[in-house]
Amino acid sequence: MTGTAETGSAPGLLPIDRPNSYIGRSVPRPNLKRLVQGRGEYVSDIVLPRMAHVVFVRSPFAHARIVSIDAAEARRMPGVIAVVTGAELAKVITPWVGVLTHLKGLKSAPQHAIAIDRACWQGEAVAAVVARSRAEAEDAAECVQVDYEPLPVVADMETALDPDTPVIHPELGDNLAFERAHVAGDPQAGFDSADHVVETVFGFGRHTGVTLEPRAVVADYNPGEDRLTVYQGTQAPHMVQNLLAKHLDLPERQVRVVCKDVGGSFGIKVHIYADEMATAALSKLLRRPIKFVADRLESFLTDIHARDHRIKARIGVRNDGTITAIEIDDLTGIGPYSMYPRTSAIEANQVVNLVGGAYTCPNYKARARVVFQNKNVMCQYRAVGHPIATAVTEGLVDLAARTVGIDPVEIRRRNLIPDDAHPCASPAGLKFEALSHHASLEKLIAMMDYEGLRREQAALRARGIHRGIGIASFIEITNPGAAFYGVGGARISSQDGASVRLDATGAVIVHTSVTEQGQGTEAVIAQVVATAFGVPLERVRVILGDTDVTPYGGGTWASRGAGIGGEAAWQAGKALRANVLAAAGAMLQADPATLDIRAGVVVDADTGRERVDLAELARVVYFRPDTLPPGFQAEFMAVRHYVPRGYPFAFTNGVQASYLEVDVDTGFVKLLKHWVVEDCGTILNPQLVDEQIRGGVVQGIGAALFEHCLYDGDGQLRNGSMADYLVPMAGEIPDIAVGHCVSRTGDSELGAKGAGEAGTAGAPAAVMNAINDALAPFGARVTAMPFTPETILRAMGKL
Amino acid sequence: MKPSSFAYAKTRSLDETIGLLEQHRDEARIIAGGQSLMALLNLRLSAPKLLVDINGIAGLDGIALDGGDLKIGALVRHSAAQKSPLVARHAPLLALALPHVAHPAIRNRGTVGGSIALADPAAELPACLLALGGAVEIAGPGGMRTVAADDFFQGLYQTALGPDEVLTAIRLPAAGETTRVAFAELARRHGDFALVGLAASARAEGDRLEDLRLAFLSVALTPVRARRAETVLNGQRLGSLPVDEAVAALADDLDPDGDIHASREMKMHLAGVLLRRVAAQLERPVP
Repeated sequence: MTGTAETGSAPGLLPIDRPNSYIGRSVPRPNLKRLVQGRGEYVSDIVLPRMAHVVFVRSPFAHARIVSIDAAEARRMPGVIAVVTGAELAKVITPWVGVLTHLKGLKSAPQHAIAIDRACWQGEAVAAVVARSRAEAEDAAECVQVDYEPLPVVADMETALDPDTPVIHPELGDNLAFERAHVAGDPQAGFDSADHVVETVFGFGRHTGVTLEPRAVVADYNPGEDRLTVYQGTQAPHMVQNLLAKHLDLPERQVRVVCKDVGGSFGIKVHIYADEMATAALSKLLRRPIKFVADRLESFLTDIHARDHRIKARIGVRNDGTITAIEIDDLTGIGPYSMYPRTSAIEANQVVNLVGGAYTCPNYKARARVVFQNKNVMCQYRAVGHPIATAVTEGLVDLAARTVGIDPVEIRRRNLIPDDAHPCASPAGLKFEALSHHASLEKLIAMMDYEGLRREQAALRARGIHRGIGIASFIEITNPGAAFYGVGGARISSQDGASVRLDATGAVIVHTSVTEQGQGTEAVIAQVVATAFGVPLERVRVILGDTDVTPYGGGTWASRGAGIGGEAAWQAGKALRANVLAAAGAMLQADPATLDIRAGVVVDADTGRERVDLAELARVVYFRPDTLPPGFQAEFMAVRHYVPRGYPFAFTNGVQASYLEVDVDTGFVKLLKHWVVEDCGTILNPQLVDEQIRGGVVQGIGAALFEHCLYDGDGQLRNGSMADYLVPMAGEIPDIAVGHCVSRTGDSELGAKGAGEAGTAGAPAAVMNAINDALAPFGARVTAMPFTPETILRAMGKL
Repeated sequence: MKPSSFAYAKTRSLDETIGLLEQHRDEARIIAGGQSLMALLNLRLSAPKLLVDINGIAGLDGIALDGGDLKIGALVRHSAAQKSPLVARHAPLLALALPHVAHPAIRNRGTVGGSIALADPAAELPACLLALGGAVEIAGPGGMRTVAADDFFQGLYQTALGPDEVLTAIRLPAAGETTRVAFAELARRHGDFALVGLAASARAEGDRLEDLRLAFLSVALTPVRARRAETVLNGQRLGSLPVDEAVAALADDLDPDGDIHASREMKMHLAGVLLRRVAAQLERPVP
C-alpha cells in the first residue's frame, strides 16, 4: 500500500504534500467552539430516565477484615434505592486478575468490584449505596455501619519483602508481584574499565494524574434487550466493552460503550476500575441506569497512582567522558493488586527497557522488583516509566560529567547515539529506526544560548544568586504495536481503523476508533482526511467514541492516536478519493488517474481545471445513478485499518533544558525558563504538538517539585485533597519554548510519531539536574522527587 | 462532595441576623463570601442546620476613616480592599498582604470580616490585624462591643465572637508619617496558605525602631506575636538592628507543630529567614 505514486504529487514530494494540504498547519479544532461555549457533553451531563446515583462506602483502613455491614438504617434513608455489598454484587460480576503472560512471573490476586471479606487499601469500596440523587446517596452512605477488624498494614515497599512482613495475599506466597533482570554487554568489564564508578539512589514519589473531569460512568442495562450501554470517559472504549462483557456474562456485541467529551485522561482513564465495574454490575442487578461520578476526594484515593520507585544506580566513566557501564536496581510498590487489564508491572518493565537508551554504552545491568503494599493501586500514567528512566540516566550522566570535570553538554555529545548510526538497537533490545539526539541537542543549545546562560550563571553566583542549568536527553516510546499488551493476552487492540464516506452534499463523515480526551484528536483526524481526500476542513465531520459505530481499535494511549489512528484515517481518505474519482471518471468519461480532488472539486490533475463539484457528483451518484454507465456501481465509503509492522514501537527522541534559581535560604525553587526540542517525525498540527509538549512538561514539573501522595505508616493518605496535593499552577510554570527536529517513521505514509508524553518524560530530569547544578557550589545534591524546599535545605545541611 | 442538607436564610439587618443566631446558636453558621465555608460544607467537615446569609445587610461593605482608625466593613471583599486608595494610604500593611491571599477569584468573593471571623491561623488578614494592633467591632444581643486584636484570637478557629454575635467591621490604626510596615510569606505555590508568614508594623522615631509588633501566621493555632523578638528589636537603631539576636529569640516565641508541608524544624528556620527579610523591609519607609 505504501510507496505508490501519488496523483497530484510532483516528483520529489512526499505523499503527504497534497495540494491544499492541512498537514503541518495549526488549524482550529472543530470541537473548540462547542467546548468553550459549555456545549460539550461529558458523562456528568448525561441524564437518563429512571437514572439513579451510586456512592461507594469506602474502607477507612488500609487493611481490614470486614466483620459485618449493617445497612438497615441507610436503607430507610430518603431516596435510597438499594445498598449492595460485595458479596451481593458478586452474583452478577466475576472477579479479575491483572496479569499479562509476556510479563513472566507476574502474579496478582483476584480483585472484586466491591471488596468481599477484606479491604486492602484505604478507599477500596466495601458497599454501594444507590439513591435518587448523589446527595441522598452520600447522606445514606454515612449511615452504613461497617464493623472492621484492622489487619497488619504493609506500607513501606522497602520492607515489603522482609520475612517478617505479613503477606497481603497469602495464597501468592510473598509480596513480590514481579521481578525482571536484564544484562547486556559485559557490565563487569565496563565498570572495570572505568576510571570512576559513581553511584547514587534516586527516589520518585507516588503521584497521580489530576484530571479536570473525574472518572465518570453512566451504565444503562436494558433487560428487554439483555444489553448494556455504558457512557464512560475512557481512552479505550473497545477495551472497556470487552471487559464489561467478559465479567458481566454478556456477549460483547451486547455491550455498547459510548465515550463523548472527556475532560482529560493522562492514562488515568485507560484502565477499568473496580467502582466502574461495580456501577455496570449495579445497573444489571437493579435493571436501571446508574451514574457514578467520582468526587475529588475519592479520586485521590482510587484513581491510579504512579511512579513510587526507589532506584539504586551507578555509572562507570572514563576520564575522557566515555560512559562504560550503567547498572540499576529498581524497587516499586504497586498497591494490593496489579491493575486490570494492563497490569502494574509495566512501569518497572519500562524503566528497565529505557535506562541508558539514548547512549552508545553497550554494558547494562538492571533489576526491577515490583511489590504489593496496602496503598492505592498503581498503574500507567502519562509517560509510563520514562520520567524515571530519564531522570536516572540523565542524573547519572551529570554525575559522571561532574566527576571527570566535563561540561554536561559535552559529555552528551561524546556519548549520545550518533544521528547517522540508525537504525540501531539499545542495550535493552529496543529498536531505533531514526533518532536525532545530536541535531536536537545542538538546536536546544542554540535556542537557549547555553554559553550565554553559563556566563550569566557565573556572574550571578558571584553575587550570591544561585541559578542552575539542567539538560536531559530522552527517548520516548510511541505508536506501540501488539508488543505492549496483545502479545500478553490482553484484548486491547493495537490497530486502529477509520471509515470515511462522502455524503450527498459532498461532505465527508469520518468514524475513527481513536478517541478525544481534549488533546485534539478530532482536529488531527479531520485535517488528515481533508488532505487525503481533498476537501476543505470544514466539510469533514469526525465521529468517535462509540463501539456500536466506530471501527474496532485501541483508542488513545501511549502516544498512538495521531500516528496510528491518523494513518488509518489517511489511508481511508485516499481510498475514498480513489473510489470517488472512479465515479467521476465514469461520469466524465475520463481516466480516473488523470483526475484529482482539490478543495472539494474534481479537477484535472495536471492543470487543476475544474471538472465537477463533489456535491454535483454526489447528487448524481445518490439520486440519479441511472445516468451513470451501465454496470458501474459507485462506492462512496471506504474503510482502512492500520498498525505499524516495521518496528514494535516508533521511538522518538528529544532533549529538554531547565533554567531555575534556588533560594538557598529557603530552599524554594523558581523556574525561570524551560526549553524542549523533540522529534515526533511528521508534525501534523504544530500547535497541538507544542501544547502536548508544554502540558507534558507541566506534569513533569509537578513530579519534580510538587506532586506527592503522602502516606503514613498505617497506609493512610495524608493529603488527598486539592488543598494539600500540590499540582503545578500557571504561576509556577515558566515560559516553555518548543523546537523540533523531524525524523519521519517509514512505517507509515504520514511518517508521524507520537508526541503526547515527551514533555513529561524529560522535564523532571531537566529540573533535577538544574537544581543540582545550582547547588554544586554547596556540595549538595538532591535525587528524591519531589524536591520540596525542605529536602533542598536538608541536602544543603541547613536543617 | 455534596453538603449535608441545611436551611438557608438571607437576612436584611443585624437585628434579624442576631435573632436567628440567638435562636439556633451553634447550629447556625453565618455565610458571607463562602470561600472557606463552602469547602467545609462540601467536605462535610461542617454540617450546620442553618446558613445565615448576611450579604443583604446594608452598610457592612464600607471603607472609611473613623477618628484615627481605618474602618473596614465586614462585607468588604478582599479585592475591594486591594483596590481601595484608602487602604493603600492608611493601611499599607494590608496592601502588602492582600496580593498573597489566595487567587483573584477567591478575593473577589471572600470578605475581610469572614477571614477575621474564621481566624484561620494560616490566613494573612488575621496576622495583619494583630500586627497593626487593630480591633474588631462586634454586634450582639446586648448591642455593639469592640475587642482588641490581641484578645480576639483565642484558639484554633476560636475567637472572642459568641455564637449569637456578628463581626461587623475591623478597625486599624491609620498609618502616619513614621509608620513602618512589612509583610513576607513563603507559600509552595502562588495563592497557597503559607508555610510561614510574618506581618509587622512599627514606627521610626528618629533613627530608632519603636512600637514593633511582629505577627506570625501558620506557626501556631492562632496568628501569634513574637514578643521576645519584638523586645530585642524595639528601641534599636535603624541600620543596625540586632537581627541575629531577634532571630535567636524566636526559639522562645514560637513553638510550631510540623505538618505535611513543613516540619517544625523547617518552620522555625523559615521564620528566622522571614524575620530577617521583614527587618530589612522595616529599615525603609513605606513607599
